[in-house]
Amino acid sequence: MSEQVMAAAGGGAVLAADGTPLKERLQKTLRRRKLVAAGLVLPLGAFVFITFMFPIVLMLFRSIDNPVINENMPLTAAILEHWDGQDIPGEEVFAALAADLAQARETKEIGRVATRMNFEYSGVRSVFTSTARKAKNMKAPFKDALIKADEKWGEREMWVTLQRMSKPYTSSQYLAALDMRYDIDNNIVMQDEDRQIYVMIFGRTLWISFLVSALCLLLGYPVAYLLATLPLKYSNLLMIMVLLPFWTSLLVRTTSWIVLLQTNGVLNDIFVWLHLIDDEGRIQMIYNQMGTVIAMTHILLPFMVLPLYSVMKTIPPSYMRAALSLGANPVTAYVRVYAPQTVPGIGAGSLLVFILSIGYYITPALVGGRTGQMISNFIAFHMQKSLNWGLAAALGGILLVGVLILYWAYSKIVGVDNMKLG
Amino acid sequence: MKKTLLMSTIAAAGILAASAAFAGNLTVVSWGGGYTKSQVEAYHKPWEAMGGSKINSEDYNGGLAEVKAQVESGKVVWDLVDVELSDAVRGCDEGLLETIDKSILPAGDDGTPATSDFLPGTLTDCGVASIVWTTIYAYDTTKFPGAKPTTMADFYDLNKFPGKRGLRKGAKSNLEMALMADGVAPGDVYKLLGTDAGVDRAFAKLDTIKGSTVWWEAGAQPPQMLADGEVLMTTAYNGRIFGAVATEKKPFEIVWDGQVWDLDLWVIPKGAPNKADALKFVAFSTDTKRNAAQASWISYGPVRKSAAPLVGKHATEGIDMKPHMPTAPGNFKNALQNDFAFWADHADELNEKFSAWLAK
Amino acid sequence: MLPSYAGPLETTWYYTFRILCGLILVFLIAPILVIIPLSFNAEPYFSFTPGMLSFEPDAFSMRWYEDILNNKQWVHSAKNSIIIAFFATILATTLGTLAALGLSRPEMPYRGIIMGMLISPMIVPLIISAAGMYFFYSEVGLTQTYLGIILAHAALGTPFVVITVTATLTGFDQSLIRAANNLGASPTYTFFKVTMPLITPGMISGGLFAFITSFDEVVAVLFLSGFEQRTIPRQMWAGIREQISPTILAVATILVLISVALLATIELLRRRNDRLRGIV
Repeated sequence: MSEQVMAAAGGGAVLAADGTPLKERLQKTLRRRKLVAAGLVLPLGAFVFITFMFPIVLMLFRSIDNPVINENMPLTAAILEHWDGQDIPGEEVFAALAADLAQARETKEIGRVATRMNFEYSGVRSVFTSTARKAKNMKAPFKDALIKADEKWGEREMWVTLQRMSKPYTSSQYLAALDMRYDIDNNIVMQDEDRQIYVMIFGRTLWISFLVSALCLLLGYPVAYLLATLPLKYSNLLMIMVLLPFWTSLLVRTTSWIVLLQTNGVLNDIFVWLHLIDDEGRIQMIYNQMGTVIAMTHILLPFMVLPLYSVMKTIPPSYMRAALSLGANPVTAYVRVYAPQTVPGIGAGSLLVFILSIGYYITPALVGGRTGQMISNFIAFHMQKSLNWGLAAALGGILLVGVLILYWAYSKIVGVDNMKLG
Repeated sequence: MKKTLLMSTIAAAGILAASAAFAGNLTVVSWGGGYTKSQVEAYHKPWEAMGGSKINSEDYNGGLAEVKAQVESGKVVWDLVDVELSDAVRGCDEGLLETIDKSILPAGDDGTPATSDFLPGTLTDCGVASIVWTTIYAYDTTKFPGAKPTTMADFYDLNKFPGKRGLRKGAKSNLEMALMADGVAPGDVYKLLGTDAGVDRAFAKLDTIKGSTVWWEAGAQPPQMLADGEVLMTTAYNGRIFGAVATEKKPFEIVWDGQVWDLDLWVIPKGAPNKADALKFVAFSTDTKRNAAQASWISYGPVRKSAAPLVGKHATEGIDMKPHMPTAPGNFKNALQNDFAFWADHADELNEKFSAWLAK
Repeated sequence: MLPSYAGPLETTWYYTFRILCGLILVFLIAPILVIIPLSFNAEPYFSFTPGMLSFEPDAFSMRWYEDILNNKQWVHSAKNSIIIAFFATILATTLGTLAALGLSRPEMPYRGIIMGMLISPMIVPLIISAAGMYFFYSEVGLTQTYLGIILAHAALGTPFVVITVTATLTGFDQSLIRAANNLGASPTYTFFKVTMPLITPGMISGGLFAFITSFDEVVAVLFLSGFEQRTIPRQMWAGIREQISPTILAVATILVLISVALLATIELLRRRNDRLRGIV
């Protein structure tokens, strides 16, 4: 405190130089300091919020947002809301449908309506586009006219789907992301066997992440130990060997693995040259799960070594020496004395590697082939190829929740402030 | 100081952003590799030589995703895109593309009005076709000292021709080819694929080679995979294989049986910055002469009847192009046209099934 | 070190362990180094030709490097990468440093939660970040612009700056600031004369991290960039997916050299920092 503090004689309130009570003054200063601290953080906070967090929240909203049918088929949607879902609806609904279809064709929105419906009920895209073409010239009774245009309009499944899709919000994307769907009576059931995929892919993503974390631990632990126990001038050099991959472009490292592992690549050439395999029997080491696991382990290994190293560095060597001098054999001493102290490092490293693996996209896309694709690859597929953005958002939402739970655990166990970079 | 730094950063970034949009240049997007090269030689260079605007040639791997993204964000930077038929129709339906008035197209060299000079079905509301292309399969002749594959069924016959196969990663054309390999006549393929039993049958056939298949995505990959010996035979776009044979003298052979043919069309994304110019370019590049000239760079068939007789020799290699055209009578016996209406309806479901099948 | 009284078992273990670690380090480094000689291959293959193995001069060539220089797209994307990374770094370093200064003050409220949020761009899977940015940036007209990619990369780079600068400030003695104030220095003067020199190493290494993050980033670029804004990683991505030409290896070699230079800078800074703070 820079102010001169003056105690009033006679045991009254302690006053500051300007006569205000010290307590109040102190609180004021503290408040001001708090504000200054918060003010310094605010620009970045606002920046990260606007450019990063808000966009993600907005995207996740797409997983439940379902405006297409509701907005572009308003008459039908309004009436269908009260339909009991049992018998094919009456003339009134068909009249509304004909009007909506004609209007949607006019506004050129029919394609979006048809696309949205087609995601839910395969094969009806053309029912919508072709009926809409005829809708303008249709005359009452509309029920007959529409069913004549396409007999699908006489099916209950069509109407149940339309009713479900005409609600402004939907849970169907999350169901699809979990290999489930609504059946004709709006019950939630498992997706047909030959269309089930995402649960398996989530499982595979977890399995690959686990495998990569385990391999990183297996390879990272001895190296971290060596780094922590070597004299500084040697360990610095080795540290650079650990850090170089960390600083090298992800794409460069992935390219390297392609060059090394492909059928006509360096490793297979060496194996042939050593007569371990013959030229016909070259091993497929890439464009499958093995490729993904090898390349990811390499890329994430530094993230394991660094936290392990910083923990091991703090363990005084005298503990081991004490254990040994008290008669423990080296293995016992290690297991009972040293290893338990490295557990925080193991936790930090494994969790970090696991969190980072679970969202990997580039490496599996380039070296994963068929069996090494992870959930991010499917999100990208629905973002860029199938254009099913709602499903992409739902898959992303599930992935994000998983990652945030792990991140929360990480911050509880390790503390975000303790994250170290090199 | 930090503030000024920040301000100047934003200002500088703003200038960069502003200068990014090149005014007046026509951005033409196509499939890359030998195909784009043929367009550059046959269309872009003469267009620029005649005083047309400068062309930015850009590559993509098909699909409507980027077009949709640009149109929906209201920030369209592509002027002209080379798309498959199903995408031209779907994009038009969804309001992503400009409609093209066919009266801008010049009459054929023989005087036939454009609308009857173009082959039936090659002009759509939003698209003007330029070529007929085909998904075929091809092999390296040096790997087949004895019997050579001649039919679609041979592609699936691992006993007769053991070795790796290459297939495009996607449902389209793979399912059709699988059914034809299984003995289905081209005329019945889509009828059968419309049923669950037909789809199951196609996947069952694909199952027989799943374990020996390498998947490709870009048109440039299959010739490379053949050349590297990564696969014994692979499906491919016929022009890419022809390109490798003609210019790189690769010993590849195309099997003209059970192939699936399709069109490539020019489409203009809705709100394209240089729409007027793009329309002029469409008219220019699809006239009889240009349409035929394109076929002297890559073996894709012209869509104008008046251009067919003008197809001559390869521009640099002097090979007679006629027998290499997908539309040549000898190549066209057992061919199937890709059914865009079928795929518009079923692509979502079948691609999903395909991904599920592939991932297992 | 191995004590002189070690028995045969310990000696064996000692050497086995060293060899094991050596192999792991080879696993880390070899893949990066293997592409360097291959990028000088005269043939368009990704394997060592017999000529290369017997060191015939004819087997080596600079043709793939010439290829890069003669290819307008590579040159253009190199420029893009540098411009984007430069501005993203400045933005990330400025905002990140300010925030780190705030976060290191003992009075900072809700420190843990805020720190967690500021670090989240590093943790959230890139595909989710990129998809989110893609939709939002489209709506405000930032896709296919340099500004959009710079903002995205700055957001992805800030966690590194926050972490490194906060780390340099953890040992920072707050009484130094009070001392300066007591001696009559203005807060601005104190900042530039006392705080700044101490956090500079952290700022620079954080900035380098932000730079390499942007320089290496491809997912956001895939979603946000147009043809004009293509960067080197974006160009490599397309190349690797379609067919790896040895040109990619030449580019990769250049990138490895850049990483080595950056790493060396960081290492020097770290040592200087440790010296300043009296750790070594």
